Amino acid sequence: MLIRRAPDIKSSEITDEKFYLNRRAFLTGAAALVLAPCGSVSAAAPAGQPLPANANPAFTVEDPPTKFESVTTYNNFYEFGVNKDDPARLAHMLRPRPWTVQVEGHIKRPKTYDVDELQRMFPLEERVYRLRCVEGWSMVIPWIGYPLASLIKRLEPTSQARFVEFVTLIDPEQFPGQRKGFFGFSGLDWPYVEGLRMDEALHPLTLLCFGLYGQVLPNQNGAPVRMVVPWKYGFKSAKSIVRIRFVSDQPKTAWEKAAPQEYGFYSNVNPSVDHPRWSQATERRIGEFRRRKTLPFNGYADQVQSLYAGMDLRKHY
Amino acid sequence: MKAGVWAVCLFPLALLLYQFQQDNLGANPIDHVTRTLGDWTIRILLSSLAMTPLRILFGISWPLALRRLLGLFAFFYVCLHFSVWIVLDHFFDWPQMGADIVKRPYITAGVLALTLLTPLAATSTAGMVKRLGGANWRRLHRLVYVAAVLGVLHYLWLAKKGVNDPFLYAGVLVVLLGVRLLDWARRAAKKRWAGVTASEDLGLTRRRVLVLVSVLSIGLMGWMVWPVGGQAPRSGQPAPDIAGAPWINSPPLSLKDLKGRVVLVEFWTYG
Repeated sequence: MLIRRAPDIKSSEITDEKFYLNRRAFLTGAAALVLAPCGSVSAAAPAGQPLPANANPAFTVEDPPTKFESVTTYNNFYEFGVNKDDPARLAHMLRPRPWTVQVEGHIKRPKTYDVDELQRMFPLEERVYRLRCVEGWSMVIPWIGYPLASLIKRLEPTSQARFVEFVTLIDPEQFPGQRKGFFGFSGLDWPYVEGLRMDEALHPLTLLCFGLYGQVLPNQNGAPVRMVVPWKYGFKSAKSIVRIRFVSDQPKTAWEKAAPQEYGFYSNVNPSVDHPRWSQATERRIGEFRRRKTLPFNGYADQVQSLYAGMDLRKHY
Repeated sequence: MKAGVWAVCLFPLALLLYQFQQDNLGANPIDHVTRTLGDWTIRILLSSLAMTPLRILFGISWPLALRRLLGLFAFFYVCLHFSVWIVLDHFFDWPQMGADIVKRPYITAGVLALTLLTPLAATSTAGMVKRLGGANWRRLHRLVYVAAVLGVLHYLWLAKKGVNDPFLYAGVLVVLLGVRLLDWARRAAKKRWAGVTASEDLGLTRRRVLVLVSVLSIGLMGWMVWPVGGQAPRSGQPAPDIAGAPWINSPPLSLKDLKGRVVLVEFWTYG
């Protein structure tokens, strides 16, 4: 007969992971406070800390914003895993500070920026944008950042800079989704690469983003710095960026490499061009019951459709 | 034993209802419910198909008595899955759903699988077995193999890159059908050895056709699965060199060095 020994610690006595992690956050916070006078980590801005910014009234959405809880627990961020709850669950593995962003390519002033320096370069503003995922769901999110155009103008790109490439951190220690799985299956060909045409990158809607909902970007949302390109499907907005390159040839993006017939370079939100496997005509706004009609360019057609004048958007999906 | 099947099969549904009551279905509840119900349909359907291989491989025959209950539970879950799609996901948007069924191969496969399972559920009673006659009934119920293949294809075709569950299910299904196939082949061979009468010969032909169909469907499935998983098999070409792997108990080997020598390749993984 098998006599079971009671486990040494009752499961009820084990600290809930939430509190456990909080404790860690508390300790880092305390450490930051202690070290702050030394100046070295004065700007450390872990997730959850407030990030002040003025709301820009020119960029709002009539619909109410999606709940903060949904925005931070329902994410596609393959670097953490393919499931929607993986990013929130594993977010603690990412260390968003210290962090540098290497800016290079066809520009007059290539430089490696500390992310805090990058964040302070221009005044931060809050903008409420719709986000439409290629999978058929959408959210409304109050982002914090500044137009990428401001940065690009400061960098003085040369005439050879025709595209901008964004590269996400590659580090399987911090991004468990980048580890090789069974049979060597891994979600994508890392690192994650995204890109925009120069005129798209310079468009006033295109945001370099450091926060959301009045806070520093949570790790699962692409901390410490990400792109937000609201008229394109969500995957076009690169997260946790470590490199911004100004190049003359159209970048080969991660999803284009993975499934070129399904994910094109442009990937503008377009209800009349289906994904090969499903319709893009409708979407489910997270928090709502009925599907709603998807709008051309995600509702930003007035601002951006001139960028694509004369292009066959069926071909350039 | 049956009580156990009831408990296991009702648990996922109970959990969903509990999560609903606790308002804990996540940010996208409809998606979560649809996926959970679909997952359990395939799991239960595959379990129902695992009972016969248990007998073939290990001579355990009592699980055969659970096949009907498991099959009906699979049908129950697929009906819920389909209802959620109609009611919660599309809210009776018939034109859109109709277009999807015709245009989207994964939805076509799913609806077809459900359609094939319906007559099986309808004829699951003892009375129906009697009315149809055992042989006819068995023939009809072979549709479950087709439905299972379609169900797995449904998942394979809809899943995004990086999601590996459908490959797991496809692998399990290939094993479950493969065991049957080998058993048929073995029995057919035995029968021929024993000498056959004319009428039995007819049965043998039919069995051969069945074997052929099964081989084709498994082959088809393998073909569907293979290119999605990465590289297509490169038959007829030299194998690529093994790169990037850590060498555990020998200095790195290369195919060039091994040329002309007998090489035993053993595939294994951490279990």
